[in-house]
This record gives sequence, C-alpha cells and structure tokens, in this order.
Amino acid sequence: MARRRTARQPALPTVLVLPAAALLLLALGYPLARQVVLSLQEFGLAQQFGRPPEWVGLGNYRALVGDSYLWAVVLRTVAFCFVNAALTMGIGVGIALLMTRMSRWVRIAVQSGLLLTWATPVVAAMIVWQFLFDTQYGVVNSLLTTLGADYDGHAWLAEPLSFFTVATMVVVWMSVPFVVFTTYAALTQVSDDVVEAAEIDGAGAWQRFVHVVLPTVRPVLLVVLLLQVIWDLRVFTQIYTLQKAGGITRDTNLLGTYIYTLGIKGGDFGTAAAAAMFMLLLTVVLTAPYIRIMFRQEET
Amino acid sequence: MAARAPRLPARLVANAVGLLILLVTVFPVYWMISRSFLPRNRIRSDEQTWLPVDGTLGNYDRILTGDGFRNALVTSLSVTLLTVAVALLFAFLAAVAVSRFRFRGRTSFILTLLLIQMIPAEGLFISQYKMLEGVNLLNSVLGLTFVYVASVLPFTVWTLRGFVDGVPRELEEAAMMDGCSRVQAFFTVTLPLLAPGLVATGLFGFIQAWNEFTLALVVMTDPAKETLPVWLVGFSESRSRGVDWGAIMAASTLITLPVIVFFLIVQRRMVAGLTAGAVKG
Repeated sequence: MARRRTARQPALPTVLVLPAAALLLLALGYPLARQVVLSLQEFGLAQQFGRPPEWVGLGNYRALVGDSYLWAVVLRTVAFCFVNAALTMGIGVGIALLMTRMSRWVRIAVQSGLLLTWATPVVAAMIVWQFLFDTQYGVVNSLLTTLGADYDGHAWLAEPLSFFTVATMVVVWMSVPFVVFTTYAALTQVSDDVVEAAEIDGAGAWQRFVHVVLPTVRPVLLVVLLLQVIWDLRVFTQIYTLQKAGGITRDTNLLGTYIYTLGIKGGDFGTAAAAAMFMLLLTVVLTAPYIRIMFRQEET
Repeated sequence: MAARAPRLPARLVANAVGLLILLVTVFPVYWMISRSFLPRNRIRSDEQTWLPVDGTLGNYDRILTGDGFRNALVTSLSVTLLTVAVALLFAFLAAVAVSRFRFRGRTSFILTLLLIQMIPAEGLFISQYKMLEGVNLLNSVLGLTFVYVASVLPFTVWTLRGFVDGVPRELEEAAMMDGCSRVQAFFTVTLPLLAPGLVATGLFGFIQAWNEFTLALVVMTDPAKETLPVWLVGFSESRSRGVDWGAIMAASTLITLPVIVFFLIVQRRMVAGLTAGAVKG
C-alpha cells in the first residue's frame, strides 16, 4: 500500500522530513562547516572588531599540537572519562545484581531513590554537592571533624586531586541510576529455567553468572558503557560550576572548559575552533564501535 | 531471574546494602530540600541541624519576590515552551515520514540523527556562537531556541517514530474503507492514538531544554537574559554578601520540582529510548 503510494507521489515523505532536515542543517551543519573554516584562520580580538580574518592554514592546529598544555588537557579528559565510566558501570551493575536479591520493599525503595537522583537537574545537583563539600558550611567537613579528622575549613576544590574526587562523586552519583535501570531490566530477561538448569548441572554462583547471566545481558551492557563514555567525555557543566565555586582552573580544565576559556572568554576563536575539532575527533574515535553497531542494526 | 528467592543470609546482606545505597542516593536531595527551610543563622558548620523542625518559608519568599529569579523564569519558560512546540511539530512530521514511508534517503536520515546525538555541545558551541552573533541572535530567546531545537530533535524524532510504528497501519486502512480520505483517516484514527506519545516526547523535550546549561551560558551572555540554570550558578557564586545557602537551596528546589514531576511521567520511555538500539537487536 505505502509502497504503491511512494511510487506515485515521491514528494510527500520528502516534504515531511524537510523542516527537521533543514533546521538541523542550519543549526548544526552550517556551524560545523564554519568551524572548519574558522580553525584555519587567525580569528582573535582584532577580527572581532572588524578586521578581516587571516588565513593561517594549519597554523592553529600546529600551535595546539606543539603546546604541551593541550596534551595535558586531552589526557586529563580521557582519564576522567574512563575512570568515571568504569566506576559508574561497576557500581551500577553491582547495584542491579544486588537488586535481584533484595526483598521487594527494599528494591522498590532503592529504585525510588535512584529515580529521584536521576531526575535532579545537573545544575541543582552541582550546587547541592558544592554545598555538601563547602569549606565553611559543608556537612562533609563537619562530619569528618566530628569523627576526629582535622577537616575544619578544608578546601576541597583548591587542589586538583580532591577537585576531581568531588567531580567524580557527583558525576557517578548522577549517572549510576541509568545504568542500574537498564541493567536490571536486562537481568529480569534472563530465563530462570536456564539458571536453574545450570545449578542442577553443578554450576556455582560465579559460573552461573559468567556463563549464563553475562552472555544474556552483554549487548545491553555494551551499549550502556559506550553511552557512558560519550557522556563522560562531555562533562562541561560539572567542571565549569566547580571551577566557579572557588576551584582552581588551570590544573582542572578538561577539553570542554578549555575550549570555552579559549574562545568565549579569551576571544581567540581560531584556536578555540581548532581545539573543538579535536573534541569532535576524540568523540568519533571513542564512539566508532557504537556507530558501527547502530549501522548494522539499521541495515537489517 | 528477579523472582528467584535467594537464601536468607544473602537476602539480609542485600537488603542492608540496599538501605545504605538508598541513604547515599537520597541524602543530597534531602539536604537540598531540608536546608531550603532553614534561616541563615541555623545553617552552621559547628552545629548541623539534621531535621529542619520549625523551619521557615522565608527563603522561598525572598527568591520568589526577587527580580533575578523571576526574570530568569520568564526567559526559561519562553525558551523551553518554544523549543518543545517547534521540536514536537518538526519531529512529528519527520517521524510519520520515516515510519509510514519508504523513500530515498530514509536510512541516511535516520543514521544522521544517530550521529548527531553523539556530537557534544562543546564541540560546536564556538561556531554556533559566531553564527548567532552574525545574525544578531545572541542574548535572544529565538537564538537559544534555534540551537535547542536542533539538539532535542534527534531524540524526539527517534522516540516519536517508535510511537507511530506502534499504531497499526490496518486501523488507518479500515477507516479508509469506510470512506475516509487518507488524511482524514490519519487525523481521526492515528493522531488520537499518538497523543500519549506526543505528551511523553514533549515532556522529555521540556526537561532537556529546562535543564540545559552549556549553550545557555554561551548564548545568553547578558545577565538580564539568563535562563534559570545560568542564573542559579551565578546566584550561588555571588559571595560578596556572604553565602546564603538557605536561599540557594530554595532556588535549587524550585528549579528541580517541575523536572521531578515530569520525569516520573516519562521515565519508562526514557530507558527504552536511550537504549533503543540495544533493545531492538
């Protein structure tokens, strides 16, 4: 039916897709092309005030690649991404497994708590965690002091390692619910009969997990892991707000905040555009496996 | 697997750890809400108030009557509602095309949507800023809406497509047998069945636009044009008067409230939509 219609009136679906396609092209496609051009130009404050931009070829890229600071930022970004994704996955899958063994009422309580966490807007979550770790009024400092440690007036955001510890806690706190819900949903699909059969055949708990449960939930875990990597690569809000809250900037910049500082704050749009191309490249490299899975599914 | 009843000690341990997890997940939210009812002199480091007995609504009163919050609320509501309306309309048309027709470029359109979802905002905001600056749309509701619609569209099309797929084509065809035109059949039969899908997708768009921080920070550089998240971050950093944590928590709670309500409604759909690829296969 639809096929016959398509043959007669090929225009209708195209018309229906057109608004969405046109908007995406204008709002994302054009900036992307513009960014490539911008990254090949000297575009600083002088240009912002009307001087025509100057072509510098790969000059911006060369300057960036030659700057050890960029590599420090890239390394920090990738490390932060992997540590956070790994922690989120580990804790999330752990909680999901535990949930299959809890009493019903505890499970429902845990699910409600996780839902509440998941629903909290990023900015609100950032502000609350800043408050928890606040130097003067923070409950963490007063708890640790009560326990006998000397944390009175401790500044958590003043030193890179503890800055990233706080950042990691917030990011993991916010990301774990998604992992738990998807993993738990996948775990409930594991057939009881097969698990029981394995038990009768003498498989221990660990063997049952590795040989029966894991293969069933593997596809879901893979996609969830890749999504985590993508999401943890683009932590801008979390780092930006912590930096604003009295944290140090230079030693805590990740790619997102670095691009922002270069371009929007510093006015050096050429170099910022080149750095942004780095970010896009990094995303493509890290998400290529996910894209491949998607392609395969859409083709079948 | 969830139905299996484990041995008693295993369950006791699982329950104990579960309650601990509950405590850790809920505590920050509890702290935010409870502190929002405390006056300034009761938020102290040397003596934590664990329960906000005889609290006050003073913080809320100050936030709600202050200009900063109300300005940002108007901007946020305008941008969010406009984004939802435009995204829903465009996505609906595209979803119908993708779900009901086979046409040239269909697969590449779908794949492009998936690819776009991978693009981090930070990878493109520099040139989006330059673009909006060029057409005088910085610090404008329209400019921010424009980039928001683009970032919400892929997921919106994707989710709506699932809903359109779910309405059997046979229903439409039956109505056409009864004398409806194809367009009539679509509007009288299919559209009403899509209503829940449109609501869920719209709520999802609302949450995204309402929460968004990065692009709002880049596009709305004028303090008078800030959206709620950007205003909140600025408000929490204005330490010249000393930090008023009670008021900051009240503002955070106010911004969080609508999201939690909407989130509870769309939650099931979100899990399905985000892992659409995985579950499908």
